[in-house]
Order: sequence, then structure tokens, then C-alpha cells
Amino acid sequence: MNLYLKTNNIASAVKLADIPTVEYLDLYNDLVERMQDKRYHIAHYFATEVEKGLKFFILLLDDATGEVLISSFQPDYYSEEGLASLTAIHQQFHPFEREMHELYGIKFNGHPWLKPLRFSHDRRDKQSTMDNYPFYTIEGNELHEVNVGPIHAGIIEPGAFRFICNGEQVLHLEIALGYQHRGVEGEMVRNQNRLRQTLISESTAGDTAVGHATAYAELVEKLSDKGISSDLKRERVVAIELERIAMHLADTGALATDIGFQLYQVACEALRTVTINTTQAWCGNRFGKSLIRPFGSNFPLTEAKIETIRKNIADVRRRYNEVRTDILEAPTLLARFEQCGLVPTEEMWHIGGVGMAARSSNLMRDIRATHPSGFYAEEFHHEPVVKQDCDVMSRLATRLDEVLQSADYIESLLKDYKPSTEISAPDYDAKLSTDSLSFSVIEGWRGEICHVALTDEEGNIAKYKIKDPSVHNWLGLAIAVRSEGISDFPINNKSFNLSYCGHDL
Amino acid sequence: MHSHGWQYIPDLKNVTLTEEFRGFPILTETEDKSDLERAAKLCPTGAITTEPLTLDMGECLFCGECARCAKQNIRFTNNYRIAATRREDLVVKAGQTEPVFNREAVRDDISKYFGEALELREVSAGGDCSVEMELNATGNVNFDFGRYGVGFTASPRHSDGLVLTGPISSNMAEALDICYNSIAEPKILVVCGSEAISGGLFADSPAVDRSFLDKYKVDLWLPGAPTHPMCFIDGITRLREKK
Repeated sequence: MNLYLKTNNIASAVKLADIPTVEYLDLYNDLVERMQDKRYHIAHYFATEVEKGLKFFILLLDDATGEVLISSFQPDYYSEEGLASLTAIHQQFHPFEREMHELYGIKFNGHPWLKPLRFSHDRRDKQSTMDNYPFYTIEGNELHEVNVGPIHAGIIEPGAFRFICNGEQVLHLEIALGYQHRGVEGEMVRNQNRLRQTLISESTAGDTAVGHATAYAELVEKLSDKGISSDLKRERVVAIELERIAMHLADTGALATDIGFQLYQVACEALRTVTINTTQAWCGNRFGKSLIRPFGSNFPLTEAKIETIRKNIADVRRRYNEVRTDILEAPTLLARFEQCGLVPTEEMWHIGGVGMAARSSNLMRDIRATHPSGFYAEEFHHEPVVKQDCDVMSRLATRLDEVLQSADYIESLLKDYKPSTEISAPDYDAKLSTDSLSFSVIEGWRGEICHVALTDEEGNIAKYKIKDPSVHNWLGLAIAVRSEGISDFPINNKSFNLSYCGHDL
Repeated sequence: MHSHGWQYIPDLKNVTLTEEFRGFPILTETEDKSDLERAAKLCPTGAITTEPLTLDMGECLFCGECARCAKQNIRFTNNYRIAATRREDLVVKAGQTEPVFNREAVRDDISKYFGEALELREVSAGGDCSVEMELNATGNVNFDFGRYGVGFTASPRHSDGLVLTGPISSNMAEALDICYNSIAEPKILVVCGSEAISGGLFADSPAVDRSFLDKYKVDLWLPGAPTHPMCFIDGITRLREKK
């Protein structure tokens, strides 16, 4: 039996009618088997309201072939039996099942941790609130709990962290999120103004404005046969690699801050300033908001801008390499970061870890290599940075290498590049395919961003789902701090630097 | 590391941003309103009115799309000095050449108590992280606003005021209120970023609760998406000056 429609990350959107609607039990049995192979991981899994009950869609990524497998099922509306939980077998399904349980009250039998994911405003059980989040507890006179948040010490987004400690040692950390929930997915469909949708994508996670806007733009472009020029694709890659450099610099600086490595903190602050001011000189915004638009650009590169980017990034690369060399030779720093915050490869795979955190645990997840789209799918060869040590130092070392790699990519993309005459203005009115499912998967600086949309019979976006990589990786942080001293929480947190707003939507 | 050189901006009162930066908009009325009507319709937050022509910087996300639609009517300048002491002053009118910073609206006790030192507590309530990162940047090696005695503090008990970012998600509304009320009087309230000022893209979302702003008086409004560090520095500096 054919359980899946097979497509890839550059093909056009698929017609809803072409996606097999299967029996849940068949799909379940297949996934139990299939997901034992590390080549597969889940990109998205969600339910949507249809005329009679709910219809479920699932998107799997096959890292070996670059294929994307899509399936759907529609259980009997009147059945109260619930569904056998996939999380019980493969942990990576946990946020998706939790979300569907929270929104629609679906029972996932055997799910070990069926707690609210983000206290969405339209959740099924309104009695369940932030105030009565069911934190895990352990009885015992020798243990104590430490609650941190939702408001944290610095200028940072809110989230509640509950530690269970034995003395200074963390036994367990539970992270309760949802404070940042703004109703992003609902706002994406309430109004079909596509400039507005683009801006919502940009502010899904403001530190990943380029990443999420690119995901939206590619998703919309797949719903049209208009196509975009190779030059536009190239400029988008320059933008997203600039964003990667800027955020890796921010995190290198933040890690230095937390161990009192002050000179390197300020060096990174200065380097990030140069990088985001370069983005600002390109498009007027330090975070690259306004740079990515569907079907075109308002800021095609000019000769002067190409020169500015090349000069500044060459300077950043040279100076960051000095920081890098010193970091790798600093015993005080290595003593804090090495063998701290371990997330072994198997564990990272179990929880569905993605992006640079996964690569730092020797788990190769990189959409630029496995499911390339845009210019990554053209004359571009990406060799992912993978580290073996699975600790805080590994997560820093990945950044140390990726900054240089991204700088090299930008240089090679711009070296002989002449300002394009082919980049048109954005188009917010292109006709979109009707009754279709469109998705995009992008390797943002944190990792895999996945957007999925369903269109109606008029080509309007009727359902919009967003997955920030943080959805997978928050559990990684909780695992990393187990058995560490609670005072090492900050460096672990910075080593992941996950998004609250991107998770809470 | 010796090759990294000097990083700070020597004079924070004399900074010019790149030409591409979109700050204060200059508006011009025209006979033919068709371009303007198209721009107003496209605006993601409905920040533009056409009769008469106005642009509300408190709703504007500075994407610049309207200025491309209605070139004759709207032009963004790189003027980042767009802080306001009254919400209504953020609404720019046709022919206006400078932003309005109403000094009369500034409380007398602000310069007295906070003129020398000002410690602020930031609360993000649905902020998208970009405003928060820019507030962090005000204290970094580049801007170094700390040299004027302005910084951010961990505890509301140690702070002289609150800086709000984000459209105020319902799930954060209570924590925000508790935090604000934990700060001793006298204190200031700063609303940072267009999403905080008006709700921005989430103004009509059922997941936000903006009643906080009905309850408390705001001392400073700082537009932007995100608010540029120089806008924050300029606004706070002028708020603390002696009348």
C-alpha cells in the first residue's frame, strides 16, 4: 500500500487530493519501523479542522535521498478511543502530539508527557493555565526545587524553568513555555495580505527574520509557476549566511560573558555590530527585516553594496579567527566548557534534535546538505560542520567553524557577481495554486525551519503551520543540564540559545 | 587581539545612520490620491490614513513598502530621533518636517531623580527578540550607554522604571503587572517598539491582552521594528534632561 506522497524541497506544491489518506494504524506501524533509521526525521505533524472532524498531515524528511514524504489520515469523528502515541516509541514526535492534544483534546494513548505545549489562546481546555502547569516533582527531604522565570535576570524573553536539585547538582530541569504566545499562525490566515504575512514571518523569531521570511517566500513561490531568478536565490543565500554569522557571533560573545572572558565578549559584540550594520547598509534594518520578499526584492545588490559586504565580512572573518584561535587555546575556558552539558548522539537523535545543536552532538542534520533549496540546490556544495564531543565546547566549536565557513560562502557568492538586472520587485498578488499543500524547509542559523500551508479552492491560505527548530531542541537543553551543577545552567542555555517566541508562536 | 582597535562611538549625540535606515517619514499631500490609497491598503498594520494624510509611527513597522507604492507622498528619512512623550505625537502629518518631542509632558521629577543614574527593568511580553537584542546592544562596547549612568538591572526592586517590549501576550499580562508594581515610586514606564506601542501585527490577535497600557501612564514611546539603539539612547537622554 502507498502510505506516502514522495516529493522534495524544490518541487511545486502538491495537490491535497494527491496526498494519500490512510488508516492511522497502517501509518503508525510503518513509522514505528521506519523511524528506527536515523535517515528519517519528522519535519511537521499537525491536525486541521475539516468538515467532519479533523484531518492530520505528517511530513517526513529522508536525509539519504532528499525526499519529503507526506501522508494524511482522518480518524472517525465519533471515535473516542484516541490514537496510539508515536512518542511512546519515538520521542521526536512529542511536541507535535502535545500540540494536537492541547488544541483539540486528542488522546494519544501511551504518551509519557502529554502536557500543554504553549497554552495557546484557542486550546481545548481553558482550565489548564500557565499558573497550574503540571511540573514534575520528586518527593524527598534531600531535594529542593529552584524556580526561575517567567521573567529572567537579563533582557531576554520569558519562560519558566523548574530545577530539581540535590545540593548544587541538577537532577531534572523542566521548561514550561507559552508566555510569548501571540497567535502567529492564526494571524497568518486571518488576513490574506501577503505583505502582512511576510512581516509576520519576519517577526516569528526576530533573531531569525531572514530565515523565517525565506521559508515563507519559498512556500508561496512553490504555489505559483512564476519562478524566481537564480540571482535572487543567490542574494537570499548571502542574506541568510549573514544572519548565521551575526547570531553565531552573538552567541560566542554570550558564552564568553558567562565565564567572565570579557575581552572576547566585547570583541564579539564589536564584530556582530559590523555584521548587522552591514545588513542595515543593505536593507535599512539590522536584522534583515524587509530584505526577503516573495518573488522579488526591494533591495537588489548594487556594486557599492557588494563591495561593502565583501570588505566588512573579510574583516569580520580575519578578526573572528583571532578570537577563535585564542578561545581554542584558553585553558580556563576549556575547563568550563569541555565535558559540560553532554547530549550524546543517540539522545539527540531520540529527541529529534536539529541544526547546529544536533551537529555538535555528532548528528548530521543540515537542510543545506540534505534537502537544499534555492541557491543551495544550484551550483553550491555545502559541507556541514559536525563535532563529536556533544558538549558546550562542541556547540561553541561548531559556531567557531561555521562563522568562517559562512564568510567564505559569502565571499565566493559575491566575488565575481555583477549586480543583477533580473531581480524584479516583490509580488504580493500572484495567483496561488488551489487546494494544495505547500511547505518549505530552510536551514536557519539554529537549524531546521519548516513552514506548511494549505490553500482553499480560491488559492487563499487557509491553514498555516510554523515550526521553529527550537521546538525540537528545548528538550536538548533540559537533558544537557542533568547532573551538572546548577551554576552551569547559563553556559548550557547560551550554548543552545533557543527561541521562546519561535516556539510559542 | 591588538588589531581590533577602538570600538565605541565617541559622541552619542552626533550619530548619523546609513541612508538606507528608515526613520522619520516625510509626508506630502497630492491631488491624485490613487498611489496613496494603494499604499494604505497594502500597509500591514493600517498605519496610514489618506484623508487627511497621516502615518502613525506607533503602528508603523518601517518596512518601507508604502514609500515604494506612493513615492510622491511618503519618504522615509534616516532620522532616528523619533521618541515621543505623548502617544498622539507619533502620528505624523503631511508637511511635518521634524518629529515632535513634547517637553511639557515630561514629569518634573524625572530629571531630578534619574538625571544622574537610571536603572531599568525590561519585560518582554511577546516581543520577537529583535527589540530585546537592540536593548542589550545599547550597553555593548559599540554604544556603551552605561557611560551616562543608564543600564538594565535584574530585579524590579533595584530598578527605576520598566521598559516594555512586545504586543503583550495574554500569557505574560499578569507577570508584567506584578513586575511593574514591584518597582518603587518614583518610576518611569517606557514602551519600546511599535509592537508594544500599538500591538503591531498582533493588535487584533485574540492571544494578546493590552489592558496594562490602559492602567498606567507611559513616559516615553519608542517606535521601530525593532527600535534602533540610537532611538532608545536619544529618547532616554532627552527624557532625563533638565527642563
